Amino acid sequence: MNKVKRILGVVWIALGLVSGYYLIVSQAIPEFSSGRSEDLVPAIIYTFILMPIITGGLCIFGWYALRGEYDELD
Amino acid sequence: MQESSSTAGVAAHKKNLWKVIGASSLGTLIEWYDFYIFGSLAIVISTKFFPPDNPTAAFLSTLATFAAGFVVRPFGALFFGRLGDIIGRKYTFLVTLLVMGLATCAIGLVPGYETIGFAAPIIVLLLRLLQGLALGGEYGGAATYVAEHSEPDKRGYRTSWIQTTATFGLFISLAVIMLTKGSMSAEAFDDWGWRLPFLVSSVMVVISYFIRRNMDESPLFKKAKSEGKTTANPLRESFGKKYNFKFVLLALFGATMGQGVIWYTGQFYALSFLQSVCKVDFDQTNYIIGAALLAGTGFFVFFGWLSDKVGRKPVMLAGMLLAILTYRPIFDRIYQLTDTANKQELVEKHAIRQHVDSHGETGDSLRITTVERFFTDGSVHRLVQEEVKVAGQAEYLTPTSAAHIHVGPGTFASLVFMVFILVLYVTMVYGPIAAFLVEMFPVRIRYTSMSLPYHIGNGIFGGLLPAVATYLVTTAQFANENALASGNTLLYEKPHLAGLWYPIIIGGVSFVIGLLYLRNKNQNVH
Repeated sequence: MNKVKRILGVVWIALGLVSGYYLIVSQAIPEFSSGRSEDLVPAIIYTFILMPIITGGLCIFGWYALRGEYDELD
Repeated sequence: MQESSSTAGVAAHKKNLWKVIGASSLGTLIEWYDFYIFGSLAIVISTKFFPPDNPTAAFLSTLATFAAGFVVRPFGALFFGRLGDIIGRKYTFLVTLLVMGLATCAIGLVPGYETIGFAAPIIVLLLRLLQGLALGGEYGGAATYVAEHSEPDKRGYRTSWIQTTATFGLFISLAVIMLTKGSMSAEAFDDWGWRLPFLVSSVMVVISYFIRRNMDESPLFKKAKSEGKTTANPLRESFGKKYNFKFVLLALFGATMGQGVIWYTGQFYALSFLQSVCKVDFDQTNYIIGAALLAGTGFFVFFGWLSDKVGRKPVMLAGMLLAILTYRPIFDRIYQLTDTANKQELVEKHAIRQHVDSHGETGDSLRITTVERFFTDGSVHRLVQEEVKVAGQAEYLTPTSAAHIHVGPGTFASLVFMVFILVLYVTMVYGPIAAFLVEMFPVRIRYTSMSLPYHIGNGIFGGLLPAVATYLVTTAQFANENALASGNTLLYEKPHLAGLWYPIIIGGVSFVIGLLYLRNKNQNVH
């Protein structure tokens, strides 16, 4: 089980990076450039709140998993 | 003699424990009530403080919804969590109660945009931010306080009473609004009556404050403090030390993230789906949700109790798995139950009414056409079309129309049952979560460490759900319309279910992480 946990660490890192790309490229940039004031709040939230939490959080979580930090929980 | 004094001691402890649970739950219930009142009265509030034709006011309105709804809550968790781990749980959640109460009462007293101009939306926005901060600090305090008074093998059961408060808070906010509305004319409610639910909060807060003030500090925190085991910097210890931080991440991605989206799907998206996608009558949707919540709330306590017996992990993960596997069939059933294409019409009762209102001074006129269709199950579908004709013009302008369905009693009961199943999933994932989070972190950093993943999972992943799900449904419907217009095959077979991909994917990721990385046995960190 520990081996699976470690291998999946790569998946969580990849998921974090893909989510970050999606949030910034597909969501935040079009809303920042739409020129409408009501789009500004979601764009700020995507960039400064969601992206750090999802990308940063999942990448660190994946890194910890990869390094075996969660092995001891068995 | 010794035996009878020991029995009396146990009885006194139990009595005190129920006082602790009662005082904590009442305060948390009031905080949820205060928080939901703003959301439930959003339409009235927007007309009083955020005029839609003004772009700056609209911007402030979005900020009030998004910022306070989910962005500020984690900051409240950090701020008040830190205080709670330094000075104690009791004083901290007394402060959060007062901040929430004062902010709510003040919203009910702020003069409207017409009276004080831009100061009105700015003051309301600041008060809403205070509400979000207070809520961010309240939950962790109440959950920690109750858990630290409880026996380790009954933490799930004891803390589950705190878990009922979020649902009861929503239920009471809807009930107070409906009672207020029912006791006066629509004009009076729109003029000043909407302020009453905000002002009612002040009475409840004062009562709860005096009850909480007389409670003792948590015994585990008192012990830690007397032994000098509390920390001077809980933030650094929680998030700066890898050993603790990895548990914060595990709590977020393996539990609260999935729990948050399942809670918001069952309690809030179900309401929005009935209103916006199924077009069920507004008041009826509130009754459907209210009845399902009332029927389901007891299960928070049941699943909290069950988690003491079989473990937190199996109960929470079973709720997540059932939800992600059955969301699409359940929501599709809700849609089919309200779709008039599946009903038999009583053609002879079909009615069309039309009347024209003329504006005496301008000479403009408004023509309202109502088409009513009756069905064998007692449902009534109404299509109301409004057309405006400007004075001097020969033709009416492009009509605007709105349709809604008032479902019959049989369909109503079926809808309540469907939403009840969704609420049941909520109780499975949410009932044990307070005990689960409390047990993950040691006393010295517990308030800080458990509050942050809870409010990110619920406030951000859950809070985003209605907006993301609505966006996905709209995008799917738009894509189908475009495909139809250009003669292509439809891209989405069931566009009304597109919004469910968000909770299914987030819940699925959380389920896999929880299944693999969470311990099977309940933790007992002290």
